[in-house]
Amino acid sequence: MSLELKNVEKKVGLDTHIYRTNLKLQKNTINILLGSTLAGKTTLMQIMAGLDKPTSGEIWFNNENVTGMKVQKRNVSMVYQQFINYPNFTVYDNIASPLKITGVSSDETKQRVGKVAELLKLSGMLNKKPNELSGGQQQRTALARALVKDSDLILLDEPLANLDFKLREELREELPKLFENRDCIVVYATTEPSEALLLGGNTATLQEGKIIQYGKTLDTYNKPNSLVSAQVFSDPPMNIAKIKKLGDMCSFLQNDIQWKTKLNIKDGEYKVGIRPHNITTYKEGNNTLEIKGKVLISEISGSESLIHFTNGNLNWVSLSNGVFQKNVGDEMNLYMNTDEFVYFDQNERLVSNG
Amino acid sequence: MNKTVNQKAWFFVIPVFVLVAFNAIIPLMTVVNYAFQETFGNNVFMWEGTRWFKQIMLSERFHASLGRQFLFTFIILFIQIPLGIAIALTMPKEGVGVPVCLVLMSMPLLIPWNVVGAMWNIFALPDIGFLGHSLNALGFDYNFTQQIGDAWFTTILMDVWHWTSLVVLLSYAGLRSIQPAYYQAAEIDGASRWAIFTKIELPKMKKVLTIAILLRFMDSFMIYTEPFVLTGGGPGNATAFLSIDLVKMALGQFDLGPAAAMSLIYFFIVLLVCWVFYTLMMRNEEKS
Repeated sequence: MSLELKNVEKKVGLDTHIYRTNLKLQKNTINILLGSTLAGKTTLMQIMAGLDKPTSGEIWFNNENVTGMKVQKRNVSMVYQQFINYPNFTVYDNIASPLKITGVSSDETKQRVGKVAELLKLSGMLNKKPNELSGGQQQRTALARALVKDSDLILLDEPLANLDFKLREELREELPKLFENRDCIVVYATTEPSEALLLGGNTATLQEGKIIQYGKTLDTYNKPNSLVSAQVFSDPPMNIAKIKKLGDMCSFLQNDIQWKTKLNIKDGEYKVGIRPHNITTYKEGNNTLEIKGKVLISEISGSESLIHFTNGNLNWVSLSNGVFQKNVGDEMNLYMNTDEFVYFDQNERLVSNG
Repeated sequence: MNKTVNQKAWFFVIPVFVLVAFNAIIPLMTVVNYAFQETFGNNVFMWEGTRWFKQIMLSERFHASLGRQFLFTFIILFIQIPLGIAIALTMPKEGVGVPVCLVLMSMPLLIPWNVVGAMWNIFALPDIGFLGHSLNALGFDYNFTQQIGDAWFTTILMDVWHWTSLVVLLSYAGLRSIQPAYYQAAEIDGASRWAIFTKIELPKMKKVLTIAILLRFMDSFMIYTEPFVLTGGGPGNATAFLSIDLVKMALGQFDLGPAAAMSLIYFFIVLLVCWVFYTLMMRNEEKS
């Protein structure tokens, strides 16, 4: 089983929503479409589902051209950011609705709905109506509807975006389990890098209607092919600085901090990307680099502390474990883990990891 | 900081009190006054207790006009609500068609009641009116000034023409507020057009439809100007709805006591029906 987009392109009027895209998704995989709002995630999903037709290009499913085939014939299910359920059906009837239409026997329906409801912790509320449920439960119902019918393709369009923090965390942890041992392709759109990392599988980074990079989630994260891909896959945003390489020494253009590099590239100017969690208030790793900073903002998020600081004329973001408060204007030393630096050339393509 | 005490703000509120008193409370109390007393002019009143209420409740004339009123309201709701929804469903969802349709739909709503009555009166006249003449030319024996059925037909047609737009506009607003994802989800499920209508659109329109039905019920139950201008309540008393009958009694016969009692009963019927209807429609909503 596989889903393949061949030279797919989508234009609306003069606007290009999806630039020429080739993508092959394999069976039994979770594929994450990672990108900011308006990156084209939803459009791409609708094209995959058959809810929308590409302007040009083809969609192949199991070596069959399904371009333009109606969504009803495609055995697809989809979960949306909004909690979409039939408003005056009970939870049971909502979950059973895809089965009823395809004419599954009532005994089997009962059994399958029961099983999915248990998986999603909805067993106690099968007789309630959606508007009597919390947002989290409404979205669980929508997920159950998508899972009950054994689709070949399950599309989830930012399913957790409208939930509040607690419920989002809770459901997020259950998600990988839901898709285990399913004979299907899962496509999951999200704006949050942490969701992609949690779900694993493969990730495609998207920006402005283009797929920048597609590969195993960890590979995409560790070896971004370009600055854009690295930025899409980094939250808080990656620190970018211009550097100069001379021999085996590198230095920032804007200050005189130097470090040794194993990079086997010719001398010249490059850009370095440093993820915030690789700049910490404590030394981490074998090759650390000290940098002086003046605190701009300091904020605490969960058990981590974010410190925005300036060095030279650049603003930096650092993310350290532990909770501590810094005052605005404080001078402090921070440590950068040079092993984790990502180098890009002048065209913002990946050079190599240091 | 000390709070300053300043009662001058009341001066801003007083005009509202005065206005409401003059346009609502005082007239209403006058009616209440008349409903319990007999008067022979010169501001001389005699206490009558509930006599006028008993008289009205037992009067066949009141029963007949109340019956006509319910029948009329029921018929126009039965036509306007489904028709309004149907038109709203066929209206364009985007493009230049939207403002064009909305403006066209709003037109009847902007015409004053008495003009509507006069328009339809002339339109339906059997000898010179376009509708009346055409119907007769087609072989129908149509004369709304003389035949009861024709009078009802014309009154209902006029009201449908005048007020269906309101239901259309409310339904259209309700439909437009349904997120496209609902339609996509239904499409993925392979739901039929009818299923989409009954399982998604209708439940999602429930609130605006409740308002549409309430507004149309109240308006049609209190209808006066249009039938007054069109048929004058005739032929005979055939289209004398409650308010027409009320005005006849109050200003035609000058039976102020019974007319005042009838006004209050009329008012309570409208209030009661609206309350019952609203409670029924919203019963499920409040549970959640």
